[in-house]
Amino acid sequence: MEAYLRRTAIWYGGVGLLTGQVARSLALPPKYFRLVIHEIEVMGVQSLGVALTAAIFTGMVFTIQSAVNMARFGAEMYVGPLTALAILRELGPVLTAILVGGKVASGITAELGSMKVTEQIDALRTLGVNYIKRLVVPRVLAALIVFPLLTVLADAIGILGGMAIMSLERGADMYAYWNITTYWVVPKDFVTGIGKSVFFGAIVTLIGCYNGLSTEGGTEGLGRATTATVVHVTMGVIVCDFFITKLFLTLFY
Amino acid sequence: MAMAEPIVEAVDLNKSFDANHVLRGVSFVLAKGETLVVMGGSGTGKTVLLRLVAGLIPPDAGRVRVFGRSIERLSEEELLPLRRRMGYVFQGAALFDSLSVRENVAYPLREHTSLEEAEIEERVIRNLSVVGLSSDVLDLLPSELSGGMRKRVGIARALSVEPEMLLFDEPTAGLDPTNSKLVADLMLDLRGGVCDTAMVVTHDVELARTVADRVAVLIEGRFAALGPVERVLSGDDPAVRAFLAGAAR
Repeated sequence: MEAYLRRTAIWYGGVGLLTGQVARSLALPPKYFRLVIHEIEVMGVQSLGVALTAAIFTGMVFTIQSAVNMARFGAEMYVGPLTALAILRELGPVLTAILVGGKVASGITAELGSMKVTEQIDALRTLGVNYIKRLVVPRVLAALIVFPLLTVLADAIGILGGMAIMSLERGADMYAYWNITTYWVVPKDFVTGIGKSVFFGAIVTLIGCYNGLSTEGGTEGLGRATTATVVHVTMGVIVCDFFITKLFLTLFY
Repeated sequence: MAMAEPIVEAVDLNKSFDANHVLRGVSFVLAKGETLVVMGGSGTGKTVLLRLVAGLIPPDAGRVRVFGRSIERLSEEELLPLRRRMGYVFQGAALFDSLSVRENVAYPLREHTSLEEAEIEERVIRNLSVVGLSSDVLDLLPSELSGGMRKRVGIARALSVEPEMLLFDEPTAGLDPTNSKLVADLMLDLRGGVCDTAMVVTHDVELARTVADRVAVLIEGRFAALGPVERVLSGDDPAVRAFLAGAAR
């Protein structure tokens, strides 16, 4: 138990210290901006399929479940705004962060962990290179751009998927559905969801980078670190979502 | 004769990893123009000592001055300019595995200089020729090189920063006798002009005889002997004799 608590404290402390180092190293030399562009491509373009597939099916499932059950209370007309609010405020940012984050962060852990166990990170340090600026900051900056963009797309696809299934399965009038949705949904619902995705992008990449940089124990340790990243990202996003939601409700509601 | 300018001064260095007390008060001076070889068995802390000198890890106690500056309390950012004055050759070469030989050797030049591509290419080829490699290897990936070639590319990359001191971690480990001799001869050649100061950790007695001015033998976390190469290697300290007898086998 004592060893577990010690490991946990070291992990939280380590992620906190890395966050501080990243915050102090945000000013990148111009030549590193091509690394940010490269990471945007790796994280964004290559995760588009996962994010949008999850979004459309989640939108359809949520809508059809809501329609069937809300019909029992005579409230089926409110399925549109309910679905849109759920997607914009929670499902869009959280599902995108978990799915894309798990994929992106485990890839980062595998890459940095492999560099760590083969001394390539020490090689960078001995060559006088700031490895935080070279390896971590570009990934965090890319995530701060990619996660909100993917969330916007996931929101749109999720809502459209819900609307389509309501029309196809329940015979809903698309015009009325859209009207009542836009009547109840306000820009703040959209903006707070996107705000969350910025936090999630940072959390996900910092976890991936920390677990990679702290990998020990050769290839076996690398496997453990990569698996741990998927668990840490999922738990991190779900737990942080609660606190960010509380914060946003306090500040903006 | 006045002693040459000290490049590294270590005083009473201690380092532990959990319960394992690896270094227990190591002191030495590495002067400009000198090659100090630190010998010792596996797991005695030779690499730890080298990493302390490069500032890759901090000591638990003791002081290290490198190029006249105490480094034990410097931040990573403050250490970077000092590290650009030294070249570190890793035991496994630690080449960037997704980059070609050209990109590996050019890496420090691209990071720290604004040289034109043509000049970078010229310097890469020159550094490779210093370590005895032709431009045929430029486009190969590290995984396509033999152990000896990887080691030499690692040296070429370390030379790219135009170091005032080279740190070698087991430069002949894992090499066959021919490649070991090639690397030892190369290290001697480097002293002839490219970089005249070096600290080498190894358990290879032949390498020590070839390149060392002074030899230190690290046993149980302390230097059991430190002095001119012949005096240490032919001395009568029982612990050193036991180590050398084991190393010779």
